[in-house]
Amino acid sequence: MYQYDAIDRQLINERVDQFRDQVRRWKAGELTDDEFRPLRLQNGLYIQRHAPMFRIAVPYGMLNAAQLRTLAHVARTYDRGYGHFTTRHNLQLNWPKIEDVPDILAELAKVEMHAIQTSGNCLRNITTDQFAGVAADEIIDPRPLAEILRQWTTFHPEFAFLPRKFKIAISGTQEDRAVTWFHDIGLQLKLVDGQVGFTVIVGGGLGRTPIRGQVVRDFLPWQDILSYCEAILRVYNRYGRRDNAYKARIKILVQALGVDAFRDQVEAEWAHGKDGPMTIPQAEYDRVAAHFTAPAYESLPTVDAGFSAKISEEKAFARWVDRNTHAHKVNGYAAVTLSLKPQGIAPGDITSDQMDAVANLADQYSFGELRISHEQNIILADVRQADLYDLWQQARAVGLATPNIGLLTAIICCPGGDFCDLANAKSIPIANAIQARFDNLDYLFDIGEIDLNISGCMNACGHHHVGHIGVLGVDKNNDEFYQVTLGGRQGNAAKLGKVIGPSFSAGEMPDVVEKIIQVYLDNRHEDERFLDTFDRIGIDPFKNRVYEGRAHGKAKAAAKEIA
Amino acid sequence: MSQLIKQQALAVDTWKMLEIADGETPETVPLPEGDILFPLAVWQARKTEIISCHKRIGLILQPDEPVEDIAGDLDYFIVIAVNFPKFVDGRGYSTASLLRQRYQYQGELRAVGDVLHDQLFYLKRVGFDAWVLKDGKDAVNAIQTAFSTFGDVYQASTSQPEPFFRRRAA
Ligand code: HEM
Ligand code: SF4
Repeated sequence: MYQYDAIDRQLINERVDQFRDQVRRWKAGELTDDEFRPLRLQNGLYIQRHAPMFRIAVPYGMLNAAQLRTLAHVARTYDRGYGHFTTRHNLQLNWPKIEDVPDILAELAKVEMHAIQTSGNCLRNITTDQFAGVAADEIIDPRPLAEILRQWTTFHPEFAFLPRKFKIAISGTQEDRAVTWFHDIGLQLKLVDGQVGFTVIVGGGLGRTPIRGQVVRDFLPWQDILSYCEAILRVYNRYGRRDNAYKARIKILVQALGVDAFRDQVEAEWAHGKDGPMTIPQAEYDRVAAHFTAPAYESLPTVDAGFSAKISEEKAFARWVDRNTHAHKVNGYAAVTLSLKPQGIAPGDITSDQMDAVANLADQYSFGELRISHEQNIILADVRQADLYDLWQQARAVGLATPNIGLLTAIICCPGGDFCDLANAKSIPIANAIQARFDNLDYLFDIGEIDLNISGCMNACGHHHVGHIGVLGVDKNNDEFYQVTLGGRQGNAAKLGKVIGPSFSAGEMPDVVEKIIQVYLDNRHEDERFLDTFDRIGIDPFKNRVYEGRAHGKAKAAAKEIA
Repeated sequence: MSQLIKQQALAVDTWKMLEIADGETPETVPLPEGDILFPLAVWQARKTEIISCHKRIGLILQPDEPVEDIAGDLDYFIVIAVNFPKFVDGRGYSTASLLRQRYQYQGELRAVGDVLHDQLFYLKRVGFDAWVLKDGKDAVNAIQTAFSTFGDVYQASTSQPEPFFRRRAA
């Protein structure tokens, strides 16, 4: 993976000094709270329900073992011994002290990590596919260009005070796993006539106004990506709305202008920057790409005999292999997902001790590297088939081998009302209640692939819009309620789910999910996943079952009035 | 007392902003003597008159006023001030980049309004060379530290037209 050179190191060290001085001036009253707020946000520091929250960047999801050990140490020393992996390749700490953050940043800088621009109205962390470089369906490894983009976004002088936050995702596979249709800029790498370039998608986003992005350029040579992004950002910085934070994302600008007029403006702006100094030279690409070369793979048989034997002997292992290992482009290797979705913890949470254990597993089995996925799990990307059994046993011993990747209980979930000031409702207890209801593994495997995503409010940090089942916390006369959507999805055919009807109380939610699952089980054809059945039969059967015997909105309101 | 920073030092500010009072319009507002920063609307309405009675002309641009509108007039201005009504309104950074990089504006480019210590570094990078630091803020400390926060930069911008990756080999 990428290793810093002198300039990268110098800049993050200078950043630590800068922030230390800012905290000092804020404490001394030289900076007002309003003046300090954007500065701390651009260092990942939020003030939330109980305490500050601190977001550490894991650029494009790549980590090495030493970095994870440092995260473990930081969480243990400055927080309560755990952290939370988010849907955007960040680790969030829930309870640090502001005064400690400069020291935390200094510890992170030693292992080439930082919290630069992890929140605030600026260019955020770049996200990508957690299987970059090893996926069987990869066209181009996105990581070198993701790193080049990371450097470009870091301290960009013109775009530090945008109308709103700005998120870029990049993917290089046939099947999109980076939610590129729902980012401010989504970049899909492709090969056309032997030339590498991007399809550039702009104006997607979830949040309160979920919109699928639109293609602004079908093919952009990779060399032009920085100058083209500058053109997009300049148009946005100048013309994006600043009068209303809810209408300030680039998606609103693209909608207001229409994609064609927006494209015209970007192309007119780009005409000035095209072929200019921001054009990426081959030498720079090669320099960065040299950090992402394949590790020293052994040449192995496609199937390891011992591994096959263990699979037939031990059902629990077979289940884990089925769900938590993934095709690798090198014979005899697999990518492994360590599930951060066991029953009863906040999805995405991991303790410091677990982080240390994972770091050891990475060293022992996966060339000392690992990745974070936007589904809030950890990936060991390069494990020999022959090692899977040992790895599984060790992972199981530390609670990281729940065999549920892609299944109903591997819920994506935001921190919600337990931690977040903006929440309408709690989300973690809903996730836990659903996990408890579906704790029978046979049943869970029988249900099969399904994404259930939960957000505590319409900001959509838990990606509920693109869950096959989406759950959204809503506020009804100061009570916590949950609205359910069906049919959303990520991937190439990404789309938003449809609301099934009036919302439910927290206590009703496990039953509601159970009923939805029953409709699927009753109707599915062989080999149909939940989504396939849903697409075939439509939303009505689900609606009818879920609201059966339940007074509808108006009738219920009338009943209430009489009472 | 305005804290004008130029060339790493506090400087005397001779420029005054022309305010349009209630009941006045760009067409009717009296044009005072001296070093005046004219609002764009006044400049556009009274250009010939301003040129005939002022040797030294300044302009003040608001964040939503497009530089394209004055691209042909830049030779008239000794100073262009760009207003930051709030420091988190980043449009002025693009204004400056365009003035310097696209339209080769050579005169003084001054940041005014909610101009604070922690934005000076980026403001300098996009091409400002004068800053009126907000009243009550420590100008001496700002001059000593805020322009040298980072020793180098990745991106191309006005103050460093070559991105780091083009300077790396050298
Ligand atoms: C508790 C502290 C948090 C706060 C205050 C917060 C706030 C917000 C807000 C206000 C938005 C909507 C932005 C907009 O639409 O303009 C948003 C979006 C988002 N947040 Fe959070 N968030 C928090 C934590 C998280 C966590 C823990 C995750 C990951 C699990 C996350 C991931 C996201 C994502 C993926 C979006 C996507 C929607 C989009 O930008 O299109 N956030 N957040
Ligand atoms: S979705 Fe809402 S409740 Fe959940 S973390 Fe985001 S802002 Fe908070």
